[in-house]
Amino acid sequence: MSRSDTELLARLQRAAFDYFTEYVNPANGLVRDTSRPDSPASIAVVGFALASYPVGVERGWMTREDAATRTLTALRFFRASPQGSEPDATGYKGFYYHFLDMTTGRRVWHCELSPIDTALLVAGVLTASAYFDEDSKDECEIRHLAEVLYRRIDWRWAQNEESPVSQGWKPECGFLHYGWEGYNEAAVLYVLAAGSPTHPVSKDSFLAWTLTYQWENLYGHDFLYAGPLFVHQFSHAFIDFRGIRDRFMREKRSDYFQNTIEAIAVQQEYARRNPLELVGYDASCFGISAGEGPSGYMARAIPYGPDDGTISPSATLSCVPFTPDVAVSATRAMIDRYPSIACQWRLPSGFNATKAWISPGWFGLDQGIVVLMIENHRSELIWNLFKRCPHIERGLRRSGFRGGWLA
Amino acid sequence: MTYNLVVVGGGPAGILVAMRAVSLGAKVALVERAELGGVCINVGCIPSKALIATSRVVADARNAKHFGAGAPRDLDVDFGAAMERVRHVRDRVAKGSSVESLESMGIEVVRGDASFVDSRTVKVGARELRFKKALIATGARPKPPTIPGLVDAGYLTYETVFDLRACPRRFLVMGGGPTGCELAQAFHRLGAHVTIVQDEPMFLRQEERDAAQILSNVFAREGMELHLNTEVTSVRVEGGAKVVCLRSDDHESSVTVDEIFVGTGRVANVDGLNLEAARVEYDETHGIVVDDFLRTTNHRIYAAGDVCFEHKFIHIEDASARIVVDNALFLRRERLSALTIPWCTYTDPEIAHVGMYVRDAIARGIPIKTFTVLMHDVDRAITDAEEDGFVKIHVREGTDEILGATVVARHAGEMINDLSLAMTAKIGLSEIARVVRAYPTQAAAVKMAADAYESASVTPRRKKLRSAWNRLLRL
Repeated sequence: MSRSDTELLARLQRAAFDYFTEYVNPANGLVRDTSRPDSPASIAVVGFALASYPVGVERGWMTREDAATRTLTALRFFRASPQGSEPDATGYKGFYYHFLDMTTGRRVWHCELSPIDTALLVAGVLTASAYFDEDSKDECEIRHLAEVLYRRIDWRWAQNEESPVSQGWKPECGFLHYGWEGYNEAAVLYVLAAGSPTHPVSKDSFLAWTLTYQWENLYGHDFLYAGPLFVHQFSHAFIDFRGIRDRFMREKRSDYFQNTIEAIAVQQEYARRNPLELVGYDASCFGISAGEGPSGYMARAIPYGPDDGTISPSATLSCVPFTPDVAVSATRAMIDRYPSIACQWRLPSGFNATKAWISPGWFGLDQGIVVLMIENHRSELIWNLFKRCPHIERGLRRSGFRGGWLA
Repeated sequence: MTYNLVVVGGGPAGILVAMRAVSLGAKVALVERAELGGVCINVGCIPSKALIATSRVVADARNAKHFGAGAPRDLDVDFGAAMERVRHVRDRVAKGSSVESLESMGIEVVRGDASFVDSRTVKVGARELRFKKALIATGARPKPPTIPGLVDAGYLTYETVFDLRACPRRFLVMGGGPTGCELAQAFHRLGAHVTIVQDEPMFLRQEERDAAQILSNVFAREGMELHLNTEVTSVRVEGGAKVVCLRSDDHESSVTVDEIFVGTGRVANVDGLNLEAARVEYDETHGIVVDDFLRTTNHRIYAAGDVCFEHKFIHIEDASARIVVDNALFLRRERLSALTIPWCTYTDPEIAHVGMYVRDAIARGIPIKTFTVLMHDVDRAITDAEEDGFVKIHVREGTDEILGATVVARHAGEMINDLSLAMTAKIGLSEIARVVRAYPTQAAAVKMAADAYESASVTPRRKKLRSAWNRLLRL
């Protein structure tokens, strides 16, 4: 990677990191889902923020004390926030509602109690717990609160007496009637749920999840299929899947890291073929994923759709730990071609050249994945912190992972 | 007089069994209380395919400018004429199974309600028909869900929808199974504003997720209103219109329509057959209980078709007719499970499947790999602007044995037959890769998948050997 590529990555990472200091409520540590003024907090974005603060310290963008204070504020908020079945609580059974009011921390929009977003939050909590390992009062409290928050999550309850973990629960109607099935971003959820010392999911849960996988040869690439690009990235922001394999991947003689490399190649191939003849698509302009488009926020997927011509540039850039050259050259090409997508070097949720449209403002999830993925590429910091967490190792082993750094 | 075979039910299964049995010298009586031909010919796949044909013509005409052919500005759909054509088509197809036609073959057609007297006798009116073997093929009928207000508001089923004289302006389809999806798209193309409500996360629950995803994309692109993960909670009439109340998790809404089509729920036609007297077991959900040889709990009596099947399609009834006749009259032991059964949902694109799904293979511990070819890579699909879809062929991993396949394409129902033949004849992907095909055709996608298998099966060692060989030739 050239010096200019390295500089580009550093600039993009810093701009993404600054989202968390600009859009945080310092009183409770909650972070806005988007940069829009009326945006509530997203618990997943808080998780990414908590994992990003150590990056900020290591890169010299904030002091360790400042990072610890921000982290502690958020953890104290979640520890003290109301847990219960009332419709305006912050959470229930140790899980949290997807979106919370930035000031009160209460549920908004009648949103769902979200296992996947709770998992991303807790992944950030455990990353912070691993990083703040000194004996100061604040750092001791961070580690204590992280344990409390993780241990009280009742993952078994979220299975609703079935094998897959439910996609959500609402006080108004109970569990949503679909679970996490098919390969998707839920690997980190299943690993966290399996590793719990208090309320682990049933033993067959991870295996049951893999029963809904599809191993496909598509455009000449063998891989575990999932349509949106982010699916191949989010769990990898925390877990270093290089060389560790569950039963499914042992049978396929691959691993989830290699699988994402194949998925990126399939994304490039789809964009090169551009079957819907959308504007801008080519091998250096790809990234069909979840994000905001002209007709709203949705999960876009290849090759079966939906695909309305919207590219998620943060997904393209977040390929950097897997295929550094591809990720950087594609991001550079997109910025060169559409300079307005890199306003202040911070990437938008989506842009659609076919409809000459750019998502206004920024989404926290996009900034979080960019910070963590670039850092994993640069120093493997997040992966190494996560590896230090005994719950993760336990969760991986209980899910059938062997080899690599687990050996 | 004792018959070799008494067939109760004059639908496709009953007629096919009777025809095959009589052609092999059996004395056969066929009992039917209504129209011969059953659901398929009268109110099922034949009329629906005829209506779908009209809807495709309309869709193609509206899309003509994409091909450089100017379409009329106001495409006029004469719904009455379209339905008249449906009835004409139905009459033509029904000719092959008329009373005259069957009697000319030597089948005795008995009109009336059948009721078993004992395990060897059926009574029809005053007549008692004694048999050596019998077949029950009385089919099934719609059984709409019990939703408050639905009956009072009125609704259509596949038994009544083809009696419509005018196209409803606003049409709600309950159920995203094959029938619901086919008719929803057809009515939308014929001019109705269609809302389709499905209580699952995707249409066609049984099919592969990707197939259902493509169908959702197409429906949305055509302008249909889709409600997935949604149930109908009640119906009421307001100002002559039907207000359908919906609930999706905790979100409640309503849709006002002119007609409701109910595409869910069926119940076996066993009322009045007095099956207890014949010692034939049945239940509400699955109808008559049969074993793999299509025998009921009374081994003199067989059952076939909708009255006992999950797969309620005429081509299965054709195959099952062969099994019934062979097993009942010639002491053979043909098994239903030995059949390779393809099926197709005739939406546009069509969705066809044969054999195992990936989930079935994994559940049974069979290592499986899928070779996928997108229709947007198939030259003939590009020339015809029919690029929505794919061919997925599932093989036992490490071999070329085809375990199953799904085809999503405009003519998937035709293309799946290649794969069904290959599976029946135990032809693997290696052999398919060697077949020369007419060019350009959409069925080339099957060969392209086979080529992908060939390419993927080249091991690194073989690649190295080939490179070494070519280096040698260059010396």
